[in-house]
Amino acid sequence: MFDRFQNSRNALGLIFMLPAALLLLLFLTYPLGLGVWLGFTDAKVGRPGEWIGFENYVFIATDSVTQLALFNTLFYTTIASVLKFFLGLWLALLLNRNLRFKSFFRAVILLPYIVPTALSAIAFWWLFDAQFSIISWVLVKLGIIDTYIDFLGSPWNARFSVIAANVWRGVPFVAITLLAGLQTISPSYYEASAIDGATPWQQFRYVTLPLLTPIIAVVMTFSVLFTFTDFQLIYVITRGGPLNATHLMATLSFQRAISGGALGEGAAISIAMVPFLLAAIMFSYFGLQRRVWQQGGGDK
Amino acid sequence: MSRDTGTDTAGMTFLESTPKKMLNAYLPLGAFLFVLLFPFYWMAITAFKPDNELLSRDGNPFWINSPTLAHVKKLLFDTAYPEWMWNTVVVSVTATFFSLAASVLAAYAIERLRFSGAKQVGLAIFLAYLVPPSILFIPLASVVFQLGLFDTRLALILTYPTFLIPFCTWLLMGYFRSIPFELEECALIDGATRWQILTKIVLPLAVPGLISAGIFAFTLSWNEFIYALTFVSSSEIKTLPVGVVTELVEGDVYHWGSLMAGALFGSLPVAFIYSFFVEYYVSGMTGSVKE
Repeated sequence: MFDRFQNSRNALGLIFMLPAALLLLLFLTYPLGLGVWLGFTDAKVGRPGEWIGFENYVFIATDSVTQLALFNTLFYTTIASVLKFFLGLWLALLLNRNLRFKSFFRAVILLPYIVPTALSAIAFWWLFDAQFSIISWVLVKLGIIDTYIDFLGSPWNARFSVIAANVWRGVPFVAITLLAGLQTISPSYYEASAIDGATPWQQFRYVTLPLLTPIIAVVMTFSVLFTFTDFQLIYVITRGGPLNATHLMATLSFQRAISGGALGEGAAISIAMVPFLLAAIMFSYFGLQRRVWQQGGGDK
Repeated sequence: MSRDTGTDTAGMTFLESTPKKMLNAYLPLGAFLFVLLFPFYWMAITAFKPDNELLSRDGNPFWINSPTLAHVKKLLFDTAYPEWMWNTVVVSVTATFFSLAASVLAAYAIERLRFSGAKQVGLAIFLAYLVPPSILFIPLASVVFQLGLFDTRLALILTYPTFLIPFCTWLLMGYFRSIPFELEECALIDGATRWQILTKIVLPLAVPGLISAGIFAFTLSWNEFIYALTFVSSSEIKTLPVGVVTELVEGDVYHWGSLMAGALFGSLPVAFIYSFFVEYYVSGMTGSVKE
């Protein structure tokens, strides 16, 4: 009886799944549902809320700070993802060449990605300091600017500064994962196309890029997902300032729900991210993925 | 994982002359390296620079004239930094260990036991992996509060698996898939139970996968920020990134020296572990974005 049970796929499968399933149901699925529910209530910290229908959503739709946060998030995600993609692809192509110390380069390049983001963000905060920024110091010494740049003091400067920090952290991830994709491309394609007289650009355009597209789609989907929901960089470097110019949806929902105590409103803001998130995923996944079957590849 | 060794996939670039190669490859690569590593250099140099050199605009800011350990001393003896470090170690190690154990069982069940509905469960695990913590933290805070776990290490140990288990399970499913079925069939014919197959055949073969998942999970928990910021409020329970960000910034005067020392020593442990397991880490990272 016990032996039978030990080899029964369903019973054993259930038992093996139990620890993971319990934890995920309690701390992932349930909170996800609870978040949707909270979005429809006026819950405050320490007080269970009552159903108020779409009031929170109507409020955030007309709230100028939330609108600004949405704009910031879209701007931040678009610019940072595009930069990460081009710089990451360039770095991957560089690393894919015959170089000395290749594995050393590859190992060192990932450092920005593996150290705690909150801590490297502090380093960026210091690099962007209005009075002591080393970037301003160098530019002044070179005679390019006269006064120190106020990196985090004006809205557009601050937006581009946090984007720079995000790109710094994200490029290694994109580069190393794309490098893994590049290494699966057989060198015989390059040899054949070189014999046919293809220029390096043509080789890149007609050999590398089509073969790399599936992995680009997946990598950029992840990149967009994590950029859109970014929290740490903004929280550490600007706290959403100046004048809410760098508030993202995630930092705003934290401010409203945890610092401000309005759980319902904060939950509504984070749930409002979901449609945009899904759209962004659909766009980067299917937008890039489509080419695969257009060129005769099967469904993945 | 092994396919990125041996074969040369760089195409025809070996035909390039040396000066051209310098210009096309080493120059941009050098620029990338400089930008990517400069913040670390700046972190390190600030951590050991005396305050008067930090706050002066004269002299060469890229070097230290009289290095000091004052910032490190302040960090160790005047703040709760050692406690934050200890909390981070405890939380990361336990969360990683439990997540890995649960993930091994789940991945084996999904990939090899193939119980009815295994496919759907596998898909659900992948979707769980896509749920970002910044959407989850508000309702999760209220769950943590209801369970009476607010402001405890246990709150973090129990919530970190929400992103660790989906990741590790997904990664291990890929590893288990690469182990031939025939090995298990042989063992079954020889009378081994499923548990024996798992512990004596599958796990020893999946050791590289276990290391990858473990290293990656450990760094993910070490770097976690938003849950630790939300679920913990007492100084002595805080994790390192949260402690440095929330407690070392006092008023308007920023103590850049000790802040940078805090950031440096908080980054070193993960960088140190990473340096021993680069290949495993990279294969974990690339494995996580593969189908």
